[in-house]
Amino acid sequence: MTIMKPTKEVGIVGYGAYVPRYRLPASEIARVWIEGQGGLPIKEKAVAGLDEDTVTISIEAARNALKRASIHPQEIRAVWVGSESHPYAVKPTSTVVAEAIGATPNVQAADFEFACKAGTETIQAAMGFVASGMARYALGVGADTAQGRPGDALEYTTGSGGAAYVIGPKEESLAYFEGAYSYVSDTPDFFRRSYERYPQHGSRFTGEPAYFKHVLAAGQHLMEELGYTAADYTAAVFHQPNTRFPQRAAKKLGFTPQQIEAGLLVPLVGNTYAASSMLGLTAILDEARPGDRILLVSYGSGAGSDAFSLVVTELIEERPDRVLCTRDYIARRKEIDYATYVRYRKKLRMH
Amino acid sequence: MRDVSIIGMGQTKVSEHWDKSLRQLATEAISAALSDAGLERADALYVGNMLSGEVSGQEHIAALIADFAGLRGIEAVKVEAAESSGAAALRLGYMAVASGLMDTVIVCGVEKMTDAVSSATANAALALAVDSDYETLHGLSLAALNALLMRRYMHEYGVKREDFAPFTVNAHQNAAGNPYAMFPRPVTTEAFMKAPMIAEPVSLMDSAPLADGAAAIVLCPSNKARDLTADAVRIVASAVATDSLAIHDRRDPLFLEGAYLSAQRAYQQAEAGSADMDLFEIHDAFTITAALSLEACGFAQRGQGVRLAQEGEIALEGRIPICTMGGLKARGNPAGATGVYQIVELVEQLRGQAGVNQLKGARLGMAQSIGGTGGTVITHILEAP
Repeated sequence: MTIMKPTKEVGIVGYGAYVPRYRLPASEIARVWIEGQGGLPIKEKAVAGLDEDTVTISIEAARNALKRASIHPQEIRAVWVGSESHPYAVKPTSTVVAEAIGATPNVQAADFEFACKAGTETIQAAMGFVASGMARYALGVGADTAQGRPGDALEYTTGSGGAAYVIGPKEESLAYFEGAYSYVSDTPDFFRRSYERYPQHGSRFTGEPAYFKHVLAAGQHLMEELGYTAADYTAAVFHQPNTRFPQRAAKKLGFTPQQIEAGLLVPLVGNTYAASSMLGLTAILDEARPGDRILLVSYGSGAGSDAFSLVVTELIEERPDRVLCTRDYIARRKEIDYATYVRYRKKLRMH
Repeated sequence: MRDVSIIGMGQTKVSEHWDKSLRQLATEAISAALSDAGLERADALYVGNMLSGEVSGQEHIAALIADFAGLRGIEAVKVEAAESSGAAALRLGYMAVASGLMDTVIVCGVEKMTDAVSSATANAALALAVDSDYETLHGLSLAALNALLMRRYMHEYGVKREDFAPFTVNAHQNAAGNPYAMFPRPVTTEAFMKAPMIAEPVSLMDSAPLADGAAAIVLCPSNKARDLTADAVRIVASAVATDSLAIHDRRDPLFLEGAYLSAQRAYQQAEAGSADMDLFEIHDAFTITAALSLEACGFAQRGQGVRLAQEGEIALEGRIPICTMGGLKARGNPAGATGVYQIVELVEQLRGQAGVNQLKGARLGMAQSIGGTGGTVITHILEAP
């Protein structure tokens, strides 16, 4: 069997999202670089503020997840953060997050990395950790403050955001996992050396042989092994580097536009990289009902896709107050111009 | 000089072949051509290719391809004339057989554009076809140069952008019936008008898409061809002409003198004229190139090339069908391989193997391939079996 099914059933006990408030419209980027000509891949993207980074975003999302999970942070046995913009090459993000949420010192902490699927990897690892009995709860986070090269096509979509999930026993879960699957190959479609500020990418090579090959294979294979087709799902969410790719992938797998609507956030927040599909899932869960079946397929350049099939339980109805929904974060926006964005994202070399 | 015929042909689909290398594409086409000819070996291989060194980091590809195609040891040489490399390879193959030096020759055009990972790299590579000191150095790309010609043409002859749409619509219409075409889908005039600009007034819909592909044909003397197949297609004309690379050095930038000279030489060899051509696989890298080619080859008066398209004369039912299998615009433009695709498509038509796009009773087919903006023009005329 090539799909992953834990022998003890596990699921999502709590989830949380975080999106920074600043928004840079794609039209503003076009205004600066190409005199406003041409089509735009999204409407606007979320921009991390001066005092925000992957650590702060992870903490906010984790706190929201803990509120929904209603557990004591000392019960968390692992804190894992997946990102491609960890502030340090050496010095973990996860320990800062673990300490900030009160989970230290009896906790495993590690940083994960695999381009945009760094976050979903933490969920797969957490599934195994919890199902094996090594932990009652494990926290997995996908967060990024990705940087796009000024003037490059990717600058329009590189956004900031984070999503966190507390994984625990099925009996306590608002959604449990039916199975997971990973499809991986050595495909260098997008990469960055540690000494480089901005990544390089293979233009059209990032499409068919990269994103679509892995996303479609992962989604198709998981559904087949579980005996499902797109019609068995209430909702699906895919990695969202732009609007068109997830729409096309959904169509090829047999999903309708309605099925992907709730989780398609890229037009309003941009590509939040390691958070992308995970953030989309939080938006779906915000509106989900017991019995809903959800498919999630992430994609990380380099390349690989992690796929998950989940079923929502009765516990979803216990929606605690005073936890912001993903759409609340999206609605909370302050538009900035390109100059402010350059300052906030430290794109100007001062010395 | 011996009479030369085509006895076999093969082609790959024109596409972004991410999973196939240059040598794989060429081998596929050559194997298909040899199989079609009923042969296992040949005396020589001429490979037409423009950018193997620039985008794939590999020169010396004729020997490489001969080896990988199972033909190690035979005579093999790469021929380059920018986008007309494929046609130039045919010219050399033709001369080898006509001269009596070779009996069986394979001509293969191959291009692996997607080894140029970014469009910036691809455009810089294509600019190798124009004058590097006086055009490229000043920022003029191939699209920009054709844009200059298109804009001047529109001004001189009172032609609007929309008037060029029929070239694109016709090409896509025909590609729908070609399983090897890159874009086998019809296109409307509305879509043409909405297309984003590459170098105004040249839009995405005025420009043939670059992609990967390989096409191959097998040549032999006509008297031997008769013993091998009933389907031999005679080459009745093969002519090359040159012009300045730089458009500013042309006698008249709106007249493709190279196309005129090449066509005249070909007509003379074939003892025929433009009126005798039943179809024309034209070099429609840009819509303006198609218009100017029709004029230079005598199918329309100066400034009337666009009108010929508007009046439907370029359609399959028209007076001079062009791009009968999609042309460069819709079948695709694998640069140096294109010239051989044009020949393969003529052979399909003349043999009666063109499927839904089959022309009835076509006897003489003309193919013309252009390097750069007209620096090299190569014309071949083929006769039905």
